[in-house]
Amino acid sequence: MGGWTRPSTLSQALAALAERPLVPLAGGTDFYPARVGKPIDDDVLDVTGIAELARISRDGEGWRIPARVTWSDLIAADLPPAFDALKAAAREVGGVQIQNAGTLVGNLCNASPAADGVPPLLALDASVELASLRGTRVLPVSAFVLGNRRTARAPDELVVGVRVPDRPSRSAFLKLGARKYLVISIAMVAANIEAAGDTVRAARVAVGACSAAARRLPELEAALAGAKLADMARIATFAHLAPLSPIDDVRGTAEYRREAALVAVKRVLEALA
Amino acid sequence: MKLDFVLNGKPVCADVAPIARLADVLRDEFGLQGTKIGCNAGDCGACTVRLDGKQVCACLVPAGQVAGRAVATVEGLARDGKLGELQRAFAAHGAAQCGICTPGMLMAADDLLARVAKPTTRQIEDALGGVLCRCTGYRKIVEAVASVAADSPALADPAPGRAVGARFLKVDAAARVDGSARYGADGWPEDALHLRAVRSPHHHARFAIGDLAPLRAKYPGIVRVLLAEDIPGQNRFGIYPTGKDQPALAEGYVRHRGEPIAALVGDKATIAAFDDADFPVAWTALDPILGVDAAKAGPKLHPHLADNVLIRGRVAKGDPGPEFAKAAAVAEGEFQTAFVEHAYIEPEAGYARRVGDRIEIVATTQTPYMDRDEIALILGVKPDQVRIVPTAVGGGFGGKLDLSVQPLIATAAWLLNRPVAWAYTRPESMAASTKRHPAKIRARAAADADGKLLAFQFHGDFDTGAYASWGPTVANRVPVHAMGPYAVPHVLCTSAAIHTNGPSAGAFRGFGVPQAAIAQEQLFDELALALGIDPLEFRRRNALRAGMKTATGHEIRASVGLVACLDALEPEWRLWRQAAEAHNKTGARRRRGVGLACMWYGIGNTSMSNPSTMRGALAADGTLTLYSGAVDIGQGSNTIMTQIFADAVGLPAASVRLVAGDTDLTDDAGKTSASRQTFVSGNAARLAGADLRAKLLRLANAGPDAAIRVENGMAIVGERTIDLAALPKDGRGNVLEGVGTFDPPTTPLDADGQGVPYATYAFAAQMAEIDVDPELGTVKVLRMRAAHDVGKAVNPIQVEGQIHGGIAQGLGLALMEEYIPGRTENLHDYLIPTFGDMPAIECILIEDPEPLGPYGAKGIGEPALVPTAPAILNAIHHATGVRMTRVPATPDRVRAAIRAKAGAA
Repeated sequence: MGGWTRPSTLSQALAALAERPLVPLAGGTDFYPARVGKPIDDDVLDVTGIAELARISRDGEGWRIPARVTWSDLIAADLPPAFDALKAAAREVGGVQIQNAGTLVGNLCNASPAADGVPPLLALDASVELASLRGTRVLPVSAFVLGNRRTARAPDELVVGVRVPDRPSRSAFLKLGARKYLVISIAMVAANIEAAGDTVRAARVAVGACSAAARRLPELEAALAGAKLADMARIATFAHLAPLSPIDDVRGTAEYRREAALVAVKRVLEALA
Repeated sequence: MKLDFVLNGKPVCADVAPIARLADVLRDEFGLQGTKIGCNAGDCGACTVRLDGKQVCACLVPAGQVAGRAVATVEGLARDGKLGELQRAFAAHGAAQCGICTPGMLMAADDLLARVAKPTTRQIEDALGGVLCRCTGYRKIVEAVASVAADSPALADPAPGRAVGARFLKVDAAARVDGSARYGADGWPEDALHLRAVRSPHHHARFAIGDLAPLRAKYPGIVRVLLAEDIPGQNRFGIYPTGKDQPALAEGYVRHRGEPIAALVGDKATIAAFDDADFPVAWTALDPILGVDAAKAGPKLHPHLADNVLIRGRVAKGDPGPEFAKAAAVAEGEFQTAFVEHAYIEPEAGYARRVGDRIEIVATTQTPYMDRDEIALILGVKPDQVRIVPTAVGGGFGGKLDLSVQPLIATAAWLLNRPVAWAYTRPESMAASTKRHPAKIRARAAADADGKLLAFQFHGDFDTGAYASWGPTVANRVPVHAMGPYAVPHVLCTSAAIHTNGPSAGAFRGFGVPQAAIAQEQLFDELALALGIDPLEFRRRNALRAGMKTATGHEIRASVGLVACLDALEPEWRLWRQAAEAHNKTGARRRRGVGLACMWYGIGNTSMSNPSTMRGALAADGTLTLYSGAVDIGQGSNTIMTQIFADAVGLPAASVRLVAGDTDLTDDAGKTSASRQTFVSGNAARLAGADLRAKLLRLANAGPDAAIRVENGMAIVGERTIDLAALPKDGRGNVLEGVGTFDPPTTPLDADGQGVPYATYAFAAQMAEIDVDPELGTVKVLRMRAAHDVGKAVNPIQVEGQIHGGIAQGLGLALMEEYIPGRTENLHDYLIPTFGDMPAIECILIEDPEPLGPYGAKGIGEPALVPTAPAILNAIHHATGVRMTRVPATPDRVRAAIRAKAGAA
């Protein structure tokens, strides 16, 4: 078996990472499944003892969801409607066991194309805060998740949390799977809409499981800006899905994914009308 | 590290690696083996425990994280030796069948009930949704959890002679709900060596094993590497005497992904830490033959088979050809099904030890006597040198009818004279175990203008995978059943089991009949539609009735309850159909549909002797014991045998002590398969009970109706009291013994499949209400009504449990389950139904007694599954007009069919 470090402060964690590469671990919900029947010989940095990474907070710049926050913490948190999509995603991750242990930041770092947390974060215009002894940097989610299981995290960095700008909006999420619980998405959509009366001021729409990393749909967002809320679903077209590059896999064909993604986009927009 | 935490309320300490899985620590360091390991990946929830009150998967928690915290396991639910209320509710409601998921279910429910005193159904489903169950269909678990808040009454013990037909508590219920039941991976000897197989990553390949010296040097903890040449007896096994085609360890050539080529035996830590990349093997991958079409054209996979056809089956009656020309309606189609995985939550596991010149195998199995005989061949010993002790079985469904861990643990223990233990990982279980046969079926059916069936033609190619396994059974059973439970004057049904480089396809609940029913029941729906006849009425007009002959020429004289099943469904059938059609006229986004399907199922093996023997005895101290070789795989045969035996003797069922399924202690009661235990072994139990009763009556010189009581070592028979202690004792301390044997009367089938393949048949009709989201292709089954002619429901709770579980597996077959070798070897890519996928189910038990059955009983295990998928598929057609000819009907396939229909219109 490999080594195991469980620091109680962030600075200890960063110091450990500066010495040698470590596999960060929080809920273990992606770590162990990748090692079924295999030796566990990784050197692990368990972040669950770091006190300053435990609680959701809000400051002048917006919300901060640190690395230890689990799906269940998110569901229970008192958050504005902008987070409804993220909460809905949290309720559909695994079963309650997974929600109680797994973290949003872990989901982001695992960088699965079907990561349930990523579309809501994209729609929230969230960014990722990385820390190392070299300093701190903040990347948009889209610049952090580079592809299937690839992120911009450097070996000596720790993702300490996610930052969400404080912009009033309403949000919705839709996950399409082949069964009710414990299901990996065939496609999923999250949207945040900032409205003035019955008009869209700004829209952010993201689709997951239809490309190597979840993607926003900028042309759709542009088309929605200034539209009536009631017209949103009608505005979305296949052309708006151009950023997606769905594949055939055991959960569905590429053709189906493209079609279902548009249906899901329309339904999410309909729910926010 | 030294780990201090609170376990079930008590402070404990252990020295463990902090990265070790909590599940392993609980099981290995603390012996709390009620926490089950089903996948080690958070996919099944069997290992659910509470950590500081919250449910978590113990397989995903690093031990280091529980320092200073509180862990609660199933063993902590009982208080002062008494089951808790939740545990009692699970037992009383039949919420635990095989019981392997039960600890996880209980802990998830315990968490919920601590937060919500009176949860709604939705809250229960959400809270327990992370635990998979393959047996129950979940509804009885929901009922059990809801009942905790509702104070449901306990089940009363039935009076003597009244156990059959009673809602009798499962005899092994307590062990299923308190975590004490021991499954294949539990209770291994402390000094056991562990085993690990090296398996083929290729579907088809040749291989050469290299120098093992570097491996031995790197892993000094490995005490033995077993290769094919180390198998002491014959390196061939298989179900049929003619089908011994599977090596325990491959000999330079593998026919499927996951085939074992070597076994490493060593201490536990070494085996757990072994890196497969360190095994010296050079592979030469060969073109894989995947699918029956490739196999027909491809090179031979077995030297003794010229065309890769393992076996063909045929039933012919009359001359179907001309009937199609004169028919008022003809329906025809091609249908395709996939490999389906049993997905029992307990992976294959067990241990073996050598005792002198005997080998003992303690493992999970459905068929101890066949295991004994096969292991004798593999070790080159006599069958009586092999003792098989089945553990509790965490789900079987046919998948544990084949050998799994047994050949290699037996070989290792035999050669090393040390106990050797092995549990498959989940991916290993999925790659190495048998599957339901994928079928490619062409069929057509003809009816006259009155809706009477004229003819049915069917051919099914069944992908039997790499090795024979139970392929012959599927090929034989399908043509007998393929026309369904109907009177059809002209029939030609043929089948072929064809070898490929897929996983071996074997026995899976229904032996090919569910696949055939998917084709036939959809075609009959088409005939009814074409003729403008209501689908239920169409089936009733053609239903087999008592006194009719089947397509094999078997005149079935009694217990043909299909019409009663259809009649029982009819009122709701009309209401549901009308409601669905009214719903669809509202322009709602989701389309509703209601579909129906029937089935019949021959109980026991096809045209083969398959006897069971049971023995029951009274001891000098008055203990009444049933020695049953029938393995309870969760379906409840231990309870059924107890009820039948007790009534046959005339003593209370609650007083029966059960000794089950140890080849040294019990007689051969055959396999737990073919829905045969209630009918065949149940008859043996009845005869054993009757024999024991007759001996008691004779001793007391009492008449046949005399009441019997046993009190304080005295048997009170009518007016007489017999001092049991005064009678001579046998080696087991028994003073009176009854024996019963039953073998269902059948005859061989001739070249046209004519004969009496089964002694009796079960019948059923199920209807499903579903809705379809036509834009997304998603299907949700809303509710089902299932009418089953079981002859006699020996235990209605268990019969309902079988129906619920059969429906769950039928739903999976219809909508989501497809095993793809190398792609879906886990329980998150291979999907089985969860709590939220199951409909409400109403069971209607039709009891048209079978004169040959024990108290009229037949069987239910497989019949429960057969009609479900076609009922759902017919409902999809009712909702959308599309005919799903390929299962699973996944969202993309349903959507594609809807789009194709819209494009064609």
